[in-house]
Amino acid sequence: MLKDLFAKKRKYATIPSDRVKQDVPEGLMTKCPVCKSIMTTKELNKANKVCISCDHHFRMTAQERINLIIDQGTFNETNKGMQTENPLNFPNYLETIEKDRKKTGINEAVVTGSGDINGHSIVFAVMDAHFRMGSMGSVVGEKITRAIEVATEERKPFIIFTASGGARMQEGVLSLMQMAKTSVALKRHHEEGLLFISVMTHPTTGGVSASFASIGDYNFAEPQALIGFAGRRIIEQTIRQELPEDFQTAEFLLKHGQLDAVVHRSKMKSTLSTVLDIHQGGEE
Amino acid sequence: MVGDLEFERPAKELRNKIAELKKFMDDKGIDLSDELERLEERLEKVEKEIYGNMTPWDRVQLARHPERPTTLDYITTLFTDFLELHGDRLYGDDEAIVGGIAKFHGKPVTVIGHQRGKDTKENLRRNFGMPHPEGYRKALRLMKQAEKFNRPIVCLLDTKGAYPGMSAEERGQSEAIARNLVEMAGLTVPVICIVIGEGASGGALAIGVGNHVHMLENSWYSVISPEGAAALLWKDSTQAKRAADTMKITAPDLLDMGIIDQMVPEVEGGAHRDLPKQASLIETVLKSSLDELSKMTRDELVAHRYEKYKKIGQYTFENDSIGVK
Ligand SMILES: [Zn+2]
Repeated sequence: MLKDLFAKKRKYATIPSDRVKQDVPEGLMTKCPVCKSIMTTKELNKANKVCISCDHHFRMTAQERINLIIDQGTFNETNKGMQTENPLNFPNYLETIEKDRKKTGINEAVVTGSGDINGHSIVFAVMDAHFRMGSMGSVVGEKITRAIEVATEERKPFIIFTASGGARMQEGVLSLMQMAKTSVALKRHHEEGLLFISVMTHPTTGGVSASFASIGDYNFAEPQALIGFAGRRIIEQTIRQELPEDFQTAEFLLKHGQLDAVVHRSKMKSTLSTVLDIHQGGEE
Repeated sequence: MVGDLEFERPAKELRNKIAELKKFMDDKGIDLSDELERLEERLEKVEKEIYGNMTPWDRVQLARHPERPTTLDYITTLFTDFLELHGDRLYGDDEAIVGGIAKFHGKPVTVIGHQRGKDTKENLRRNFGMPHPEGYRKALRLMKQAEKFNRPIVCLLDTKGAYPGMSAEERGQSEAIARNLVEMAGLTVPVICIVIGEGASGGALAIGVGNHVHMLENSWYSVISPEGAAALLWKDSTQAKRAADTMKITAPDLLDMGIIDQMVPEVEGGAHRDLPKQASLIETVLKSSLDELSKMTRDELVAHRYEKYKKIGQYTFENDSIGVK
């Protein structure tokens, strides 16, 4: 771990550039799926992947999120060598995992570690929907649990950025139980009077929505992020009526009392920093 | 017998034959007891064959049997002085979850469970045992009440899932489930959960974070229903049987994986064939669970639950991994 830390510091970069995979390669044009306006990808990346015409928040990789939120040079990743197993002997499961590892450069659908936000030391987890839709199996559950445990031990705030389609089908009931595992760890963190902030990004649904994502001391979300328990299609089939267009958006949740605030990406770091600052002030 | 299932057909045919023969003997006054004995022996063998070799899908069918005992059936046979308590104090009373106070072997307990209906009318009232947020919030209210008065909590799990509806989402289905998970983690009284029928996903787990978790022999518990898994994995919900085989959802599977503590044996042919006998089989397991957990202090109970869930999951580490904590 130490060696890893020093290697990073020496390079003065948060990640080796050959492992960063952008969603859209630099130099090309990108069309916004919402307002259909066309911009250069460079412009888009400079705006932290927020459409410069309509504010549509494009998905971010875990690494992009870390670059945006965590102070440069302070990121220290944990448990990146943890490997997925195939408990149900699902055909091709490990092959698809390997494919996504190559595609994304991360070992599983969450990156965990410690770092600073404007000088405030935190432990955090960032889920990445580019890896198996951010679904939670044993490794995702265990990495998040260990991160919470570190936060509890070191008496630090824990912040999670969620992006997940829910529990991972291919690990069956083990995936379901990760909801309970992360919950017992969060309860212990909570009992110590420590701060937990949940930031929901697109999409946060199913078992992830129905566990740690929804129970932060502060619940934030990015604009227009899809957040909900059941899938839209399943609900429409069940109640046999069409759902309102804004159904299960961050704004819908705000209106129904499930969020503290919807926070624009450009304000996310300063918002988190404010909360951390107020909490630190309260402790002294 | 009413409600025989497809896989039970050979036994059903034999039972019919035996009944016919008995009637014939009575009507005509002819003694065919040799023949009758032969048939009864054959039935016994066939039943052993059928119920001793049940596939996961057979068990799913039994778990969904229309006559399978429900939470209230067990509450009235296992406990005395049951008083049902209603409402979440926030929105309403969700009849898909029942709960209240009662005595078990003379000692106070709080008992909570998913409740499906026995017929269409009751199912409409109880929303087929699929709770809304207010159901989970009622359950949590009763658990907190039990904790305050130092009563053990018994949860009976039997649901096709939390209700996937617009109003459920508006009222925070996710938050209600999530809140229960984290609050159950911290309860300072014994919590014993028993899956009595279907244990589908977060909707079941929301009253399922216990010190001990048991399953009836023919119940199932998974991240999703077999139909749902088939639809997601193979885009074909008719492959539910295959999903049931693949997903490891039965009591023997979960016992094998170390996720449940005990498998409660079932009456041959399923719990519905003999409710009093089935209740006594549950009673034995529940009694030993309660006796064991009652010896623990409040702190030990919380730590015990922590360790139980902390160890669930399968993963390895790269040999040359760096950054391992
Ligand atoms: Zn746009």
